[in-house]
Amino acid sequence: MTTGPAEAEVVLRLDRITKRFGALTANDAVSLTLRRGEVVALLGENGAGKTTLMNILFGHYVADEGTVEVFGQPLPPGTPRAALAAGVGMVHQHFTLAGNLTVLENITLGTESLWSRSHGGARAKVERLSRDFGLAVHPDAKVGRLSVGERQRVEILKALYRDARILILDEPTAVLTPQESDALFATLRKATALGLSVIFISHKLHEVMAIADRCVVLRHGRVVGEVDTHATDKAALAALMVGGELSLPRAEARAPGPVLMRLEGVSTPDRGAAPGLKAVTLELRAGQITGLAGVSGNGQAALAEIVGGLAVPAAGQLSLHGQEPKVWSPGEALARGVARIPEDRHHQGSIADFDLTENAVLEAYRSRFSRRAWMDWRAARAFAEGIIKDYDVRCPGPSTRIRLLSGGNMQKLILGRAMAPGPDIILANQPVRGLDVGAIAYVQGQLIAARDRGAAVLLISEDLDEIMALSDVIHVMSQGRLSPGFARGTMTAADLGLWMAGQKFGDTDAA
Amino acid sequence: MSEIVDILISASFWAAVIRIASPLILATMGELICERAGVLNLGIEGIMVIGAFTGWMAVYQGMPLWGGVAVAMAAGMLFGLLHSTLTVPFGLSQHVVGLGVTLLATASASFAYRLMLPEVTSPPKIQPFQPLSIPGLSDLPWIGTALSQTALTWAAFAVAGLVAFTLYRTPLGLAVRAVGENPAAVEAQGLSATGLRMGAVIVGSGLMAVGGAFLTLSAFSSFFFEMVNGRGWICIALVVFGAWKPGKAVLGAILFAAFDALQIRLQQTSLGAVLPYQLFLALPFILSILALILMSRRAEVPAALMVPYNKGER
Ligand SMILES: Nc1ncnc2c1ncn2[C@@H]1O[C@H](COP(=O)(O)OP(=O)(O)OP(=O)(O)O)[C@@H](O)[C@H]1O
Ligand SMILES: [Mg+2]
Repeated sequence: MTTGPAEAEVVLRLDRITKRFGALTANDAVSLTLRRGEVVALLGENGAGKTTLMNILFGHYVADEGTVEVFGQPLPPGTPRAALAAGVGMVHQHFTLAGNLTVLENITLGTESLWSRSHGGARAKVERLSRDFGLAVHPDAKVGRLSVGERQRVEILKALYRDARILILDEPTAVLTPQESDALFATLRKATALGLSVIFISHKLHEVMAIADRCVVLRHGRVVGEVDTHATDKAALAALMVGGELSLPRAEARAPGPVLMRLEGVSTPDRGAAPGLKAVTLELRAGQITGLAGVSGNGQAALAEIVGGLAVPAAGQLSLHGQEPKVWSPGEALARGVARIPEDRHHQGSIADFDLTENAVLEAYRSRFSRRAWMDWRAARAFAEGIIKDYDVRCPGPSTRIRLLSGGNMQKLILGRAMAPGPDIILANQPVRGLDVGAIAYVQGQLIAARDRGAAVLLISEDLDEIMALSDVIHVMSQGRLSPGFARGTMTAADLGLWMAGQKFGDTDAA
Repeated sequence: MSEIVDILISASFWAAVIRIASPLILATMGELICERAGVLNLGIEGIMVIGAFTGWMAVYQGMPLWGGVAVAMAAGMLFGLLHSTLTVPFGLSQHVVGLGVTLLATASASFAYRLMLPEVTSPPKIQPFQPLSIPGLSDLPWIGTALSQTALTWAAFAVAGLVAFTLYRTPLGLAVRAVGENPAAVEAQGLSATGLRMGAVIVGSGLMAVGGAFLTLSAFSSFFFEMVNGRGWICIALVVFGAWKPGKAVLGAILFAAFDALQIRLQQTSLGAVLPYQLFLALPFILSILALILMSRRAEVPAALMVPYNKGER
């Protein structure tokens, strides 16, 4: 090709889009253009208004002001059908799939007249697309049984099946493993080579640097910068996003304290495709961050359940401060100073239609916030206000329903709730998933502070950089097996990668 | 024991089973459509009453029998429109609205009855649907008796087939199944979650009303206030029993009808002399509860059942 994206035709033009939710201006006169074959990254902190802008483009929301033009034609507001017909495809931040239907059914949904018989031909097209774009997924599989990575592929196939020319991907990699992300990028490169244009939203700046031609940065709903990717770097982008320099937290090496929790030969049964634990022995020491690396789905969930009291070992022992607890339940774990930052903040960490106060006291409403049989709402509200202030939760107030918060702010509330009782043991499962760079620095700083005051932290993450930056001891999980612990700085990412692939386990394990 | 066997192998027993099952099948299909689209329709009991009343009244006023069926269906759809307007775009509680519709529909029926027939003491009779004689089939010895059924019964089974076909073989059915699972998925594919849900509730309510009309136009020849007698609630249980699948729900309806037909006959046997009759009346319900517990353990509930969808809210 002779023309680069810079001179290519404009396929999408957003002109001074403004959207208000009550007193909050989520988008403030945002303009954006997208050219043929181009990847534009949309960056911004949690709550900056990225999803809102894309929802307006796709017709889920109606803008208060401004217009959308696709291929030179104005797009009628508020109708996803028109956006789809104009060639816009969107992969939503929270997948929009029906779990009771098959892959093929999800893809063809809405593509045929409702008053006709289903016709064939769809299967062949889906199979061709999944071959051409490297999106392997079985057309007859039930979507409810697919992994997140597979669901993502279904979402992309949905858009391609409708011959989308513009692809919007709202944080597509937030829930993917690094391998799945690489596969996604390969797909996107094929798509842009064929002349598709992509809007890509991500908080992971290294991905943005790898895939995007241009970056548009939003802050508080306003465009604060637009840069060519090759003319910038990660630090500059981060500074643009948060509006100032960002200091990343650093964990200095410290002498560890006594063992607070010990798992000895713990095993759990397999659950479907997810392996259970295979004779795992793990020590969590005071004043130490123990990092657990590994591709998700290798038994991390089972381990987190044991530590958090949601499950008991089928074999082996768990001891706290050298003693085996008689009962082991979530309540018991909380009472013994185990704090939990769950992997899925929407389903395990919060109740969407409860307000911030109610969510803040979920773990302690019977002990700290009740007097005799009555709830002490005044104390509860004061507690929630304390968290909102100390942890900088951006929200209208403690009586806001938590579902209206952006992911980062929700996570800060959960973090504040977990830290409030001064826990001895902190289980942090993917604590920064979906968070912006500023929020990540904050959450990680809090984990380090907890370690420094003598807590034992178990950090579960798929991000090797995060694990290596924070952990004093690193373990790797693969197929339910746990590697020995490696002290800070003794392993390279490549070494850990070999363990993650399960290749090193053969040395110690006959199986 | 041999008495029970005698009952079970008699053709008249099975004829009764099919007859008792027919209104249940119609109304269960109606409820199933609503719930597959994500709306629990507790208006079913009242809508069946309205269907029974309007269908009968239309025929009493001189309409043909099928005209009565159409009137009942239209009346049911009207209440479906009311239900769905409140529960879908306005997102009100489906429990409250459903019970409200049941109360309103039941009360409207008795009000209209008193208004239109102020003088009568015992409800007037109409000439109901008669069993169809099908050449070849009706002459067969056992089968002929068992399948001596009215056109409305045959229609009930045809409706069940049509519902199953639509749900599983057409784009419309696909959209209905999707909107009950995840309305956002439907919206993201350019369809209207609100439209689909309202349509499903309206059509489903129409079927419920025809189920009610079966009682006055085919099973009995007159209208009594207590005639629906909890059948609507049974249908809600049958949807669960059938795991939201039309075929299984039809089987459930037949099973319930069999228990019901059996208990009436058991009362006349030697058992009836020793056991109180209330026990027999309770039998279909007790057995249904047991079957429900066994059958619904692994059912896949539509994930968005009773979850309102508000476009533009997160
Ligand atoms: N339907 C809604 N009702 C009320 N407020 C909303 C709604 N949708 C979004 N908001 C608010 O608008 C702001 C922007 O939200 P948006 O989801 O666009 O952020 P984002 O940039 O996508 O953040 P994230 O990185 O966390 O996904 C937030 O403060 C959010 O709370
Ligand atoms: Mg977003």
